[in-house]
Order: sequence, then structure tokens, then C-alpha cells
Amino acid sequence: MFDFLIQGFGVALTPLNLGLAFLGALLGTLFGALPGIGPINGIAILMPLAYTLGLPAESALILLAGIYTGSEYGGRMSSILLNVPGDAGAVMTTLDGHPLAKKGLAGPALGLSAVSSFIGASVAILGLTLFAPLLAIVAVKFGPAEFFALMIFAFASMSAMMGKDPLKTLIGAVLGVLISTVGVDSGTGVLRFTFDMPELYDGIDFVVMIIGLFAVSEILLMLEHAFRHDQDGEMAPIGRVMVKMSEVLYCKWAILRSSVIGFVIGVLPGTGASVASAVAYTTEKRISDHDNSFGTGNMRGLAAPEAANNASAAGSFVPMLTLGIPGSGTTAILLGALMLYNINPGPMMFREQPMVVGGLIASLYIGNVMLLLLNLPLAGVFARVLQVPRWLLVPSVAILAFVGVYQLHSDLMAIYLMLAIGVFGYLLRKFGFSLAPVVLGFVLGGLMEENLRRALSISGGDVGILFQSNLSIGLWIAAALVVLVPMFAGKLKAKFLPAAKPS
Amino acid sequence: MPATRWSAAACLAVFVSPWCLGAEFPQNRLECLAPADPGGGWDFTCRQFAASLRAAGVTDQSMQTINMAGAAGGVAFAHVVSKRQGNDGTVVAASSSNATRLAQDQYPGMSAEDVTWLGTLGADYAVIAVREDSPIASLPQLLDMLKSDVKSVKFAGGSGVLGWDQINLLRVLSQGGLEPIRDVVYLDFNNGASAITQVLGGHLDVVVGDISEVNAFREAGQLRVLAVLSDERLPAPLENLPTAKEQGIDVVAPNWRGFYAPAGLSDADKRFWIDAIDRVYASDHWQEIMQRNGLMPFHVTGQAFETFLDDQIDALRQTTRLIQQ
Repeated sequence: MFDFLIQGFGVALTPLNLGLAFLGALLGTLFGALPGIGPINGIAILMPLAYTLGLPAESALILLAGIYTGSEYGGRMSSILLNVPGDAGAVMTTLDGHPLAKKGLAGPALGLSAVSSFIGASVAILGLTLFAPLLAIVAVKFGPAEFFALMIFAFASMSAMMGKDPLKTLIGAVLGVLISTVGVDSGTGVLRFTFDMPELYDGIDFVVMIIGLFAVSEILLMLEHAFRHDQDGEMAPIGRVMVKMSEVLYCKWAILRSSVIGFVIGVLPGTGASVASAVAYTTEKRISDHDNSFGTGNMRGLAAPEAANNASAAGSFVPMLTLGIPGSGTTAILLGALMLYNINPGPMMFREQPMVVGGLIASLYIGNVMLLLLNLPLAGVFARVLQVPRWLLVPSVAILAFVGVYQLHSDLMAIYLMLAIGVFGYLLRKFGFSLAPVVLGFVLGGLMEENLRRALSISGGDVGILFQSNLSIGLWIAAALVVLVPMFAGKLKAKFLPAAKPS
Repeated sequence: MPATRWSAAACLAVFVSPWCLGAEFPQNRLECLAPADPGGGWDFTCRQFAASLRAAGVTDQSMQTINMAGAAGGVAFAHVVSKRQGNDGTVVAASSSNATRLAQDQYPGMSAEDVTWLGTLGADYAVIAVREDSPIASLPQLLDMLKSDVKSVKFAGGSGVLGWDQINLLRVLSQGGLEPIRDVVYLDFNNGASAITQVLGGHLDVVVGDISEVNAFREAGQLRVLAVLSDERLPAPLENLPTAKEQGIDVVAPNWRGFYAPAGLSDADKRFWIDAIDRVYASDHWQEIMQRNGLMPFHVTGQAFETFLDDQIDALRQTTRLIQQ
């Protein structure tokens, strides 16, 4: 049964392919770390190159998969160090990662996230190997109604983030949903909020949104500090560089739980790392945030989204390889790469192309080990980035972001849009809003609307369809529990566990 | 110098040929605009064409693929119309999707006459398919079901509202006498595979897509093809799939892959590209690419292509009107 994997290791362990896996891991880490480049651009840049160089299909795929998984590792760096997520899946990493860096724990934070990423990816790759064909059946079970219920569950999970200021979290999420409605309405073809600008027909691009919201607003904040001659060097000196074993063990359940969550969400087509890390983070906050320290630099708050986003990256290979459905924007490009090599992914792929599938999965195992070995020692090096004065660091990041966004769209409009969103993000921060709910609202809103409308047009407007299958009923109940249980659990805990103390 | 070498070779190869009378190697840099991101269908067309140009010996220069995504090809179309007029080195990957957009005036202020249509390199035929265990056995039966209750069968496709998949479906249904076709339930998904998955999961009943999207699922015994929208049956091993035509519904929908170039080209420039497409199409390299990707024979160039395109746009426009009335 696992012949294809043994064959695959045979393919992946040739010197050329090992080298490519390493190159992919290294480049991916860099692409992920540079805001605005991210896995989609990284693969888009290298795919034509691999093709032009005449690499065989397995080798090209190994290189590109290395970039994909590598950038999920790299995405956390600028999140932790600069509060600017390198890619979509790294948004939740800013919440506890950056506060840790501010406390002088940048090195351990980077190390911990590397370990979490490794475990998350390992769990997911194992799942991919063992259950891929089986999971394809689960993915097929998700119709519009089930997806809608899943989105409701994700929104419900966000209520966990409402710690400090519930109203502002809610407003932030609604703003995100609002922004997601820009563009041609897929249901009717009506133009919404496009102001006669063709550039807005496709909606607002995720990268433009993230870079504007986080990177540009960060620069504006810094400018403001500079104007007022504030102390800008609020960053603590770099203390310890390596993560301690005890810290990893403290997070072990958080990591394992989040790995499973990330994998399952990654398997569902159309969701991806941003949703996975958000659900993992909020779930973990529910379960283990006893002293309300999530968001202020809790190790578990960092480990959870990191394990989840890497797990979902590997999970999204399941629908891609078994059904030919891209589970994320990045796998969409990988699919294109396969087609360039005249390989059509789908139900026949495991049978017809065992070398390619096996080689890919084997290279994920190998790449993952390489990434850990690459990233653990580098944590100390990267932590030193913080010693670069911020007036130099942030503009450099900004330039990279501008170049990245421009290369993605070859259009100045994208840059203007990014700047406008940046000003918007700056204002939100000045008013004390957290940016994560805005991003999540943006991602989930589009998916939620699309699936609600599909479900309703199947049923002819009958809302009953949303509660028909066991799967969707299960998700509705889960959503309700996520909101209701903590309300009562808080009281119960106070009664029975007065001495519960954070470890 | 490649230009002279090429002309000489061409004249030698075919003794008296139109290009001896003045096909010119382009002065501008060779560029193929793909109106989509890397990985999309148009990107595929460009990159495979560029590789085949060299394999077919048309040129030893390399042709660069430039991705210009946006507005379903509208951004690239506008760019070519406004900024590339007379540029003899540029071709743009095109497909039936452009025809659909043009038929529906979705490239604001522009029409098919604003560019030079060169030719096609094959086609992917539209098919209508159901789950293997579906009770629907034929196209007439499907039509009967819809006629007694239009909401009894629900359709999925990979193109947007009034896009290629939906229009083809509606052409078939209106040709089959269903009226009004406006009430047909059609749901669009981001890509063909997602639409197919919805049908596999039993959320929807019938999928409209291209044969290349459907075929792997047919081979795996998960989907059954009700009708292929082709003039004749497809070549082996697909010769067992019934066409719509033989079930009494004369709708043909080749989703062609081809190219257009900027307006304002000289006859010699035009001849160069049409000849290049002819030679690529005839090459073993391209035939193999077609076979591996489920592309079917469909090769028209120059004037014939323009006539075909006008007809296709016309048919698409009429169906669109039926729904929008």
C-alpha cells in the first residue's frame, strides 16, 4: 500500500532532489520572512524558472513544495520581530509572538515557533500519508451548507479573542467582512463598491490587505513617534537566544491540538492557513489561557497558530492531490505547475503518477526536517535583526513590501490601495482596535457569503438546508458551545477550582 | 541573424509560399501575455506555446511569458488595445472565455475588432456529466425532468455567472425546448474541480465543465458523461461518449485555446504569427502536449478564425439575452 512512498523516498533522496529540497526550504524561509513576497509570489517567481531549466516534474514539485512549506516557517519571523506578518497564515502569530520579542525573548520565540511548526507539519504529513484517499471523501461531504456552518463556527471562535474590548473586536470583524464585499458579486455579477475602477473588480487582494494593514500602519506609527521625539527603542535587549526544553514541554498539548486542528482545516478546500491558525489560536485561548495572558506574550499563544498554519499547509495537499482542488492560493499555483508538466491531478493521480505523489510526500518529510535544522540555529541570527535601528529596519521592510505588491499586480493602483488601507489600519490602531479580527473578518466574510448564497439557491431560499446534514448540525452545536460554555465555565471554575494557577 | 535564416528556410521548405512574399520576423521583443497568474490556463497556453515555438524550429529566440491578471482577461485586453498597437512581437493567450466576455460587453468600450485574431491551437469540449449512480441517463431525460419541474435538477459549474459553463448549459437547455431558462438553478464555483466535488458529494446533481476537467473522474468511475458538446464524437479513448447532437440537440461548444495580437499589424507581421501557429500545431511537440492535457483537434487561423469567432460571439450573445430579458 505504501509502495508509492518507498518509491517516493527513492526519488526524493537523489542528490539533485535533496539539493532542491534544501534550496526550496531556504528560499521559502526567506520569501516567507519578507513581507509581501510570501509563498504565492515565491512559487510564481520560481515556477517558470524550474520549467525553463528543464527540471523533471518530481524535482520541480519538490522545489516548489519546499518553498511552500518553507515560507510557512519564514512567515513567522517578521510577525514576531516586527509585528508585520510575512504572509496570510502568520497574522495570528503577531498576537503573542511580537509581545514576546518586546520582552527580550525574540530568540526563544523564534525557536519555539520553529519547533511548533515542525511538529505541526509532521503530524499533518503523517495524516496526508495515511489518510489522503480517505480524507478526500470527507472533503466531498462539505457542501455549501456545511461550509457556511464551518464559517459560523470560526466566527464564534473569534469571540474568544474578545478579551479586552468585545465591542472593538466585533466592529473590527464587521469592517473586515465589509471590505470582503468589494468587487464583482459572484452570485449576480453586480459590481459592489468598485467605484467604476476595473482594478477593484476582482476585489481586494489578500496580500495588499495584509501589507497595508500591518506594514504600512507600522511605518506610520513609527513616523508619528519620530515626529514627537518619543523613545522609539522600546524593544528590550536580546537576552537568551535558545528556546528551553521546558518551554517546549509547556506548550506540548497546545502544539498537538493545534496540529490536528490545522490539518483538518487544511484538508477542507478553500480555507487554508489563515483560518486554521485563527481557529487554533482561539481554541487554545479557550482551553489553556487561565490567567488571561494570551495576547501579552504567552508561549502557547505563539505555539498554537504556528503549529496550525504549518499543519494546514501540508493538509491542503490532500484535496489538491486527490481531487485536483486547490486548498489554498498557493496550492492553486502548484496545481498550475503540475499542469505545465502535463500532469492532471485528480482521483487518478495516486494510481497514475505514484512517482510524483510519492516523491512529493517524501520531500515534505525531508524538507520539514531540513527546515527545523535550518531554523533552530538561525533563530539567534534572526533575533539580531532587532538590533538594527527601527528607523532603518521598518523602511527596508516597507520597500520590500512595495516591490512585492507591485510585482504581484504590475499595477500602481495596488500600491495606492495598499497605502489607503495602511492609513485605515493606522487609524484603527490609534483608536485601540486589534487588526487580527479585521483580517479574519475579511477572509471568513467572503467565504461565508459565497457559501450561504450557494446553499440558499440550492434550497430555493429555504433556510432549513443549513441544518440538514449531521455535519452541519455538529458544526452549529460546536459554534454554540464555543460561545456559551465559557460563560458558564467561568463561574463553575471559580467554584470548584479556586486554586487553578498558571504553570 | 535569425530573421533571414528563418525566411530562407521557410522559402526552401515550401517552394512558393505566402511567407516568401513577405512574412517578416518581428522587430519587437517576443512576448506572450498571459492574462492570468502563473498556473492558470492562459499561463499554460503561453508557456507551452513558447516552448513549442523553439521545438518546432520557428525561432531560436526565447519568448517571454508576461503575466497580466485581472478582470478575467480585461486588464490585458485593455493594455493591448491602448498600449501595444502595432507591436509585432506580442501575442496574447486567449480562449472562449474572451468570446464570452466580448459577447457580454464586459470589456467596457472595447470589441473583438480592436485586436488581431490569429488562430487556435486546439480545444477542450464542454461536457455535461452526472454522478455515476445518478438516475439521469440521457440528455432528453434531463430535459423532461426540468420541463416538469425546473428546480428538480441543480447544476454546478466552474465559471462565474453568465460565464462559459453556464452559457453552454443554457444553450443546450433552450435548444432542447426548456422555457424560460432563467429559472434553472446554476451554482458557480472557483474552478471545475470544486464544482465536480459538489456533484460527487451529492450537494448538486449535474456538472457542466470541459472534458479535460471531467475525464479523470470519469476514468475513476465517479462521473458519467451525459453529453459532449462537439460536432462529432471525440477521438479514442473517448469515442463512447455521446454527443448532444446525436441526442437531438445541436449545440457545439469548443473551448478553444489560441491567440490574438495587437491591432495595426502589417500583413507580413500577421502572416508570420499565423504561420508560427500553423507550424507549432503541426509539430510533434505540440501534439503530445494536446494529448496529455486532453486538448482535442481544433485548428483555425486567420480569416477562418475571425468568422468562427464572430459566430461564437453571436451565439453566446443570443443566449445571454435570453437570460437577461
